[in-house]
Amino acid sequence: MKPGRLAFLGLVALLAAVPLAAPQFWVTLGNYIGLYSIVALGLVLLTGVAGQTSFGQAAFVGLGAYTSAYLTTRYGTSPWLTLFIGLAFTAAVALAIGFITLRMRGHYLPLATIAWGISLYYLFGNLEMLGGHTGMTGIPALEIAGLELRDERRYYFLIWAFALAALWCTNNLLDSRPGRAIRSLKGGLEMAEAFGVDAARLKTVVFVYAALLASISGWLYAHLQRFVNPTPFGIHQGIEYLFMAVVGGAGSVWGAVLGATLITLLKQWLQEGGILMTLLRDGLEAVLPRGIVPSSNFELIMFGILLVVLLQRAPEGLWPWFSRVLPARRPPPIPPAEPLPARAHAAAADPLLDVRAARKAFGGLVAVNDLSFAIRRREIVGLIGPNGAGKSTTFNLISGGLPLTSGDVVFQGESIAGAPPYRIASRGIGRTFQHVKLIPAMSVLDNVALGAYLRGSTGVLRAALRLDRAEEARTRAEAAKAIERCGLAAHLHDGAGSLALGQQRIVEIARALMAAPTLLLLDEPAAGLRFLEKQELAALLRSLRAEGMTILLVEHDMDFVMGLTDRLVVMDFGEKLAEGLPAAIQADPKVREAYLGGVEEEAGA
Amino acid sequence: MDLSIAALLTQDGITNGAIYALLALALVLVFAVTRVIWVPSGEFVAFGTLTLAGLQLGRTPGTVGLLVAMALVAGAMEVAGCLRRGEPRRIPGRLALWVGAPLAIAAAIVALAPLQAHLAVQVVATLAAVTALGPLLYRIAYQPLAEASVLVLLIVSVAVHFALLGLGLWFFGAEGSRTPPFSSATFTIGAVNVSVQSLLVVATSLLLILALYLFFGRALYGKALRATALNRVGARLVGVSPSFAGALTFTLASLLCAFCGVLIGPITTVYYDSGFLVSLKGFVGAIIGGLASYPLAAAGALLVGLIESFSSFWASAFKEVIVFTLIIPVLLWRSLTTRHHEEDE
Repeated sequence: MKPGRLAFLGLVALLAAVPLAAPQFWVTLGNYIGLYSIVALGLVLLTGVAGQTSFGQAAFVGLGAYTSAYLTTRYGTSPWLTLFIGLAFTAAVALAIGFITLRMRGHYLPLATIAWGISLYYLFGNLEMLGGHTGMTGIPALEIAGLELRDERRYYFLIWAFALAALWCTNNLLDSRPGRAIRSLKGGLEMAEAFGVDAARLKTVVFVYAALLASISGWLYAHLQRFVNPTPFGIHQGIEYLFMAVVGGAGSVWGAVLGATLITLLKQWLQEGGILMTLLRDGLEAVLPRGIVPSSNFELIMFGILLVVLLQRAPEGLWPWFSRVLPARRPPPIPPAEPLPARAHAAAADPLLDVRAARKAFGGLVAVNDLSFAIRRREIVGLIGPNGAGKSTTFNLISGGLPLTSGDVVFQGESIAGAPPYRIASRGIGRTFQHVKLIPAMSVLDNVALGAYLRGSTGVLRAALRLDRAEEARTRAEAAKAIERCGLAAHLHDGAGSLALGQQRIVEIARALMAAPTLLLLDEPAAGLRFLEKQELAALLRSLRAEGMTILLVEHDMDFVMGLTDRLVVMDFGEKLAEGLPAAIQADPKVREAYLGGVEEEAGA
Repeated sequence: MDLSIAALLTQDGITNGAIYALLALALVLVFAVTRVIWVPSGEFVAFGTLTLAGLQLGRTPGTVGLLVAMALVAGAMEVAGCLRRGEPRRIPGRLALWVGAPLAIAAAIVALAPLQAHLAVQVVATLAAVTALGPLLYRIAYQPLAEASVLVLLIVSVAVHFALLGLGLWFFGAEGSRTPPFSSATFTIGAVNVSVQSLLVVATSLLLILALYLFFGRALYGKALRATALNRVGARLVGVSPSFAGALTFTLASLLCAFCGVLIGPITTVYYDSGFLVSLKGFVGAIIGGLASYPLAAAGALLVGLIESFSSFWASAFKEVIVFTLIIPVLLWRSLTTRHHEEDE
């Protein structure tokens, strides 16, 4: 049996034993750990994986709790129905909030989450129909098949059934097509969009997913306590959820459970009379002069100090530290599978790509000045020029990374100017980046598999319920093949960040190939490669051309370019200096002047 | 609402806004140089007020205990650091800086407290005591995490906020303090009563902003901080030590917070836990400035003050709802109109 599954079963057994054997106190604690874990799981996905910090999760917990409390007490609605009403309501609110706030980047988002977190909290406290700050009582207990879940020991099973289901779904989701895309959001949106990820939409989906988990936790809380007031849905609790995710290790679903457990226990043990509190107080009183140890709020001080010390020791959270102790999981072999459906190429248009008077001005600086060139099918074209000539800008104009100031880019007979990068990617343009954009913590295999995003169709729901295994097997098999073809088979399961820079560039090429592009844009693919590796790369690109791919590449290594390309476009100061066969370009005096600074004229003068 | 009420609310809003502006500047400064979102700034404000209130009553303020405790911890960390790096000869110098200086300030305040000296002297003592806490806090909590992500630094900030909150209750007690106004004079312009107190607040804020402007524009250390804010690695290469820049930044920022505390004391009753909401509003102002622009942050803070003042008139139960909800469109506007570098956190 796999160690992961063994650990999971061990956890389930341990969890099941608690209400059977442990005293009431531990059952209560276990209930809260379960409730908090569900919320923290959402934060692992939203904050740890997708990089969107939220302080407002407690408000979503409140939405779930209050919806059910209001409907069950006021209208006598069945709690099982209010679960779904609460989910629908939370989803609607999260969509609205997400629509506005997820456009914000950087530190605007966390602040916005504080803002609406506080607003919702005060709203709960000030709305008469929700009972104001005193809250609402008399919420009915849940019933399953006539069995009332009034007893905390029974309720425990319900909470942990939800928590384990959330754990399973979130774990599934991370290991899937949308999961790879979600992880790519953190590495800057440019890369994610270049592979067809609609980043804005995906962020919203993750945000709603996290909000729904919070809402479920709130519903469970309301029917556990059978009483709600605004206090547990305020900004302080929202911060605490974030604590749990970060302390546990926001990069892994297990971090959420670990964090929720640790923070809950820590707070419990730090309470007056708690075990840790007693130890600390006795210890400090033994060494420090009398009267120095605080009599009040000692737990808050210790909680704060312990967290600071903990994060100073383990800035990535505790789970990475734990997982080093656990036996390493050997990656399973990748069975061969049918390839993914190939892209349906549009009717052959020639030229494939037509750049017409493309212009890009940054304020007064014209980086690309009315540049025109065309690429025919099955050509390898090199775009060369001195540093600062505008080559990478031109790349970004084609791939949609930058908007055109004027002019047009026509691909397969249709204008793609002004289209967002993920649309352009879906038309069949794949690319690599001048500055490598991989997800360092993800394996080479997963990084490459991300390239096939547009060729798959699994959505969040199918992925979470693990209905995607057939497609996933095909994706992984094809990714493994692409990596092998690029000569990196030995590094299949290594973290992408552990490879040499030159190899990382090759991983980028493998990733671009997974998109099965019609046109491949390579930005300095040979940089950082050794001589033999360059020869292998050139052979790979030639064989791709033979299969019908068209390639445009920016490169500074002239030997590499001259030996490989069919035609060259030379840029200087944002303009096209020359265009033609490599040999003709090499002999062109204008090009020589641009590169060598007009040495010959000076020598002649 | 008639004109005189509007004028009164505006005056209130501007006065509060001026205080939030100082906080906003402190937060921008700290974030730009160290990437720390300085949640516990509010505690520094509260400590400022409570220290001054303690001195006015002729008591030794709790700040002294805090100062001594933090100085001892920082000293221990410095000694450990020197030993680990194999530089035992530097220990006396580091101890003089990290333990000697704070203890000297603490001793001066203990000596000063029963004298009930002139208000100006008490204000200076308050500023010195609270300001000294800033670099100590940086040394203890943040310097070991200088390379951590913004998220981790933020969480550490919140943890520090909790610890300081608890320490605040312990050192200062649960009762609130309100310091007497610096001046109770008022005069009238047209139909509007203007209090000298609020003019004083606004003038002090403006002076401090001007001083900061000069510091960052003219002084070498100011330029070093700006360089660190723009490019940490680059600043390091030209010899600006990141820990020095961090400590200096926290010194300036805690000075600003101490000023806030002194200024806010006569306006509202301050408890040990009053700081959080105040700093949150300063934070909102700072965010409006994108945590990068000082004048915009100040303008944002002013806006927050005005919104708060008017919404407390119209719907005081929903005051916080209005303040924090109205922030969202502003945030959205800022987020959409500022260019962003790729985030590599």
